[in-house]
Amino acid sequence: MNEFLQQLINGLSLGAVYALIALGYTMVYGVLRFINFAHGDVFMVGAFSGMYLSRWLKPLLAHWPEWLFAVVVLAGSMAFCGVLGIVIERLAYKPLRERPRLTVLITAIGVSLLLEYSGQLLFGAAPRGFPSLIESRSLSGLGELHATNIQAFVLTATALLLGGLHLIVMRTRMGLAMRALSLNPTAAMLMGVNTNVVISFTFGLGSALAAAGAIFYASLYQAIEPFMGVLPGMKAFVAAVLGGVGSLPGAMVGGLILGVVETLVVGYSKVLGIPPGYRDAVAFVILILILLFKPSGLFGKQQREKV
Amino acid sequence: MAPSEAVTEIVVGEFASLSGATASFGQSSHKGTAMAVDEINAAGGVLGKKMRLVSEDDQSKPGEAATVVRKLISRERIVALLGEVASSRSLEAAPICQQAGIPMISPASTNPKVTEVGDFVFRVCFIDPFQGTVLSKFALSKNWKRVAILTDVKQDYSVGLSQFFKAHLSVNGGTVVSEQSYSSGDKDFKAQLTAIKGTTPDVILASGYYTESGLIALQARELQIAAPLIGGDGWDSPSLVEVGGKAVEGSFFSNHFSVEDPAPAIQTFLKKFNDKYHEQPDAMAALGYDSAMILADAIKRAGTTEGPKLRDALAATKDFSAVTGKITLNPQRNADKSAVMLEVRNGQFKYVETVAP
Repeated sequence: MNEFLQQLINGLSLGAVYALIALGYTMVYGVLRFINFAHGDVFMVGAFSGMYLSRWLKPLLAHWPEWLFAVVVLAGSMAFCGVLGIVIERLAYKPLRERPRLTVLITAIGVSLLLEYSGQLLFGAAPRGFPSLIESRSLSGLGELHATNIQAFVLTATALLLGGLHLIVMRTRMGLAMRALSLNPTAAMLMGVNTNVVISFTFGLGSALAAAGAIFYASLYQAIEPFMGVLPGMKAFVAAVLGGVGSLPGAMVGGLILGVVETLVVGYSKVLGIPPGYRDAVAFVILILILLFKPSGLFGKQQREKV
Repeated sequence: MAPSEAVTEIVVGEFASLSGATASFGQSSHKGTAMAVDEINAAGGVLGKKMRLVSEDDQSKPGEAATVVRKLISRERIVALLGEVASSRSLEAAPICQQAGIPMISPASTNPKVTEVGDFVFRVCFIDPFQGTVLSKFALSKNWKRVAILTDVKQDYSVGLSQFFKAHLSVNGGTVVSEQSYSSGDKDFKAQLTAIKGTTPDVILASGYYTESGLIALQARELQIAAPLIGGDGWDSPSLVEVGGKAVEGSFFSNHFSVEDPAPAIQTFLKKFNDKYHEQPDAMAALGYDSAMILADAIKRAGTTEGPKLRDALAATKDFSAVTGKITLNPQRNADKSAVMLEVRNGQFKYVETVAP
């Protein structure tokens, strides 16, 4: 039982990261109806900007409490990636907005490769250790279970970010505009919604969340490299589809489910008879099942294709 | 190729993981190899010709090794091939060299299957049945009888090392209490480690490469597993400490040589390497250096660069004084050499003992 709960803790902290990345996919899809395949690489940039930020800031903020330092690095990295997301949208996707979806999709793959290989050129291909923003300590009072303060920080910060996101989408004018745009872009435009601003904002927000996910991922698993975004990016995409693309609670729940399932498959590989090497396959088997049996995902609305 | 070029130089190919997950290995072995070629040329070359090294990067990726090796053979018309460190990628290149009749020397691939591919494939290091035995004996000598094993199923090296370790341990009084696996590139090992924790091992064998092993150490400590870790020569990279930090302190691994060894050959190499690259060489650098030196020696003895004659000369290599010890290539085309055990202490790899074959 203890081992099961322990695996659950492991799975939830991994799932929180998937959820944060999945939100970016889902938000962009909601507004633009297109999957931004460069999202996983923005995630990678988030991790590296976090690493450099923490190196530069460490001497300046040495006397600060470490959680505050972690929050500053987190915010800085989110801001950087938010801007990067906006720039990518302006330069690569905006000129193609009236073109067929496929054109934009392929451009997204191009942007993804550009980021990966620029990363390799700038940072080198060897995996780098991520500086620990918070000294890892075991939390006491859990009996046989072990959770670190980093895991607690990740889960708390994820919950806060999701709460904040919910407020933005549901309680602000910008959120209202986002929802209007995702419902009917033409009608929203006719009602005076400035689509360019809303789309930029969506990209910025999604990329900032990816950066947060990256900082958490790097804090949990400590090694970062230019291709680190590929697999988590794909899995977060699966998480978004699992929850229903376009649905914010769906992306969150999808991410958590995926993280837990993946961890349990590895942890109980002997019992289940699935070799742990198949951990990455699990996500894609889930994707296939979802597409076969519930293409709109757990929280997605069935949409009729407009002719 | 212009005929004049063909007579003035001997083209030697090298493939290495200059980037990607095991970039540290490729970079090191490449530096060692390049330094050897420079030295050979400074001393007048071989057979009156300059040696020219053509290096290709396989990006640590499966499949890429075969592509770059074919390119080296067909486009660069190499006379011999040096590389790789990782056994999986040497195994991709070996059949291609065997078929083309081009002698190949792997500096550091320890999986036995590599040289079993054919009589054109050689190596200048020991093999994993020996390394597995060394590690198992070491664990038993420390009275670590309950061992958990974590294997990288994507790497022939790791699979082989775990298997040979287990074979020796289980007939010599130890037990393998848990066998877990992962794939290269994984970053989350908590699920496997949680399963391992329940079996209370004395020691954990992480038979994969340095990045994953560093992460395994970190995550084991986070789950409050106090058992030390042991590993093979795949740990030999400064990245192990960069990634693993304090978590890898007190862990042990087997290796080909130690920079603390006072042997003159090693100390001279150390100094030359330091002067050239301003850093300390690791085992991969020394083996890369040795592989090029052995090739040059064989070309001199063969008096030609024709494949079959060069192969015969390589196979006849006997008591060659290399940096990593006296090298005699046995009939299986492997080098019988001793191994050293190293301990990670204060971020350095400290010499513990030498184990003879």
